[in-house]
Amino acid sequence: MRRLRGALTPYLLMLPAGLWLLVFFAIPLVYMASVSLMTGNLIDGWKLTWHWQNYTEGLDVYGDKLLRSLWYGLIATVACIVLAYPAAYWIAFKGGRHKSTWLFLLLLPFFVSFVLRTISWKLVLTDNGPILGPLKSWGLLPDGFHVLDSGFAVISGLTYNFLPFMVLPIYVALERIDYRTIEAAYDLYAGRVEVFRRVVLPLSLPGVFAGVIMTFVPVTSDYVNAQVLGGPGNTMIGNVIQAEYFTNSNYHTASALSFTLMALLLIGIFAYARALGTKDVLEAAGR
Amino acid sequence: MTETSHPPVRDDQETSGSALPAIELTGVMKEYHAHGEKVAAVRGIDLAIGQGEFFSLLGPSGCGKTTTMRMIAGFEEPTGGEVLLNGKPVTDVPANKRDVNMVFQSYALFPHMSVFENVAFGLRRKGVAKDEIRRRVAAMLDIVDLAGREKRRPGELSGGQQQRVALARALVNRPRALLLDEPLGALDLKLRQHMQVELKRIQREVGITFVYVTHDQSEALTMSDRIAVMNDGRIEQLGSPREIYERPASKFVAGFIGTSNLLAGEIGEVRDTEAFITYGGDGQIVVPLDGRTAAPGDRLELTVRPEKIEIATQPPGGNGAGSAGGGYSGSRVRAKVAEVVYLGTSTNYIVTTAAGDEVTVFLQNATNADDIAGRGDDVWLSWEPRHSYAIGAS
Repeated sequence: MRRLRGALTPYLLMLPAGLWLLVFFAIPLVYMASVSLMTGNLIDGWKLTWHWQNYTEGLDVYGDKLLRSLWYGLIATVACIVLAYPAAYWIAFKGGRHKSTWLFLLLLPFFVSFVLRTISWKLVLTDNGPILGPLKSWGLLPDGFHVLDSGFAVISGLTYNFLPFMVLPIYVALERIDYRTIEAAYDLYAGRVEVFRRVVLPLSLPGVFAGVIMTFVPVTSDYVNAQVLGGPGNTMIGNVIQAEYFTNSNYHTASALSFTLMALLLIGIFAYARALGTKDVLEAAGR
Repeated sequence: MTETSHPPVRDDQETSGSALPAIELTGVMKEYHAHGEKVAAVRGIDLAIGQGEFFSLLGPSGCGKTTTMRMIAGFEEPTGGEVLLNGKPVTDVPANKRDVNMVFQSYALFPHMSVFENVAFGLRRKGVAKDEIRRRVAAMLDIVDLAGREKRRPGELSGGQQQRVALARALVNRPRALLLDEPLGALDLKLRQHMQVELKRIQREVGITFVYVTHDQSEALTMSDRIAVMNDGRIEQLGSPREIYERPASKFVAGFIGTSNLLAGEIGEVRDTEAFITYGGDGQIVVPLDGRTAAPGDRLELTVRPEKIEIATQPPGGNGAGSAGGGYSGSRVRAKVAEVVYLGTSTNYIVTTAAGDEVTVFLQNATNADDIAGRGDDVWLSWEPRHSYAIGAS
């Protein structure tokens, strides 16, 4: 009896989370998958007709938005790496006794609601707002200059909003590096640049890898930034899905687009993992 | 007081040709600022380590031995004094430009690289040609008995193997000196003893100066040509293992190296070069003065090693028990056995002397089949005059 209970313990421990995921993830996912193959409308209702054209039609109409989302996601993710790495590096190696304070300061803005932060960006960057207004009146910028309603504004907002998801994993990876391996590299005639390139960078790559997954996926499917900071020319696939679902009640189109996006993200992440996540890549960097 | 033996100068290695010491420290000091206070880790060290010497820095944790080594390696900058390598001052030279390599306590191998790449790291940075790198790494892995494991990751190796990779990674560069920071600390006893012999063999084979930092006195005694015993940022004694063991310069050294019996008493008589201490009623201790001046009435501290003491139920030198003019001219002390510890090859007697001091006696189990005495028995301890060693200024 005791032995049986011992054997069951791991499964019992998994049960709550497993049930949670089943009810709130697996079942809705299967349901949405079936919706993506339905045809119908609000008046007649929907029927599962295995209408694969939902996918091709979605791609035909919104393919450009899908591509734009992947493109914005890519740029914002790279921008996150560029901004997050030096900050994480500085905190991990030069933060001294105040490491947690610096991390907290970095994360402080993110205690404010996501939507509120994005809207406040809009207030700051508005055409005659506190930044652009004075610059224009001093003649430093042309009158027609604007930041909002541009891809630049959307990507900046995305970068800002998802920065902590890049900082934290990189910080953790850097923090875990045994400082003596760095000293060993110096001892073995490596200069500062070489120590970084051969030891610190390869050892922190797993953190960058985790950060990329944690930012690229939500950034690509985000719709708040494009809605608040972008204009009609910067619509992302998230906005399309939201509009199709809540405004146009085209549930089948929204579902088909969601699954298309999901498939693209999974393919992208797996390709990335294959290319960067292997031991050989790290070793090549150290050689 | 204790004379310093000359470092053995090897003439069979490529770095020789000059009699300059491989490493020289002159008045080296290191102070830290912690919480607004000045803390001295190293308080002025003068040291010359010869070419090809196996030199140990021995001391308890916090004595400054690791800081001293890190200053030689170039990881710490001295706040005073000078570090010289082969006669050239290197105090301002950074670690990556110094021709010494270090084996770290936790090995500090590069976890993302194979064994081969770990060992090749220094050679690649020096721009050595590819063929030569391959040849030298292979030869070095042969020496440390790791041939055939080039492709493994450090994480896939045992502690002893990682240790040897760390050694190979440093030695392959043929440095002027190899610095080892408690390199065997993480290994279990059996492996540690094996590696002690291995290290000594490798050092003989490559002929490079080894500076070995350890808190393990038996490790230092086994392997070193010379030892510097450090305490509180200073060198307490510098000498060969035998000198340090047999003739400790201070109470600290006597207590730190091996088991030592510390006794003290008032000098009753000085005859020629020997002082006679009346000890515990009818006992006496004879101490060679080794040139120090002492007069009757002075207090004298001395050590005697546990293996030098004889233990018997009868007084030494026949039945002349009691009087100072008895048949035995050495030290003889009455004691009571407090504990008998059987250790296989030897037996430890822990006894309490008539004057109340606790003394340990090692007895080899060579001939005596049974214990000489049991707990609570009255015994006599005796040892020859030359085995008493007066320490410090009393």
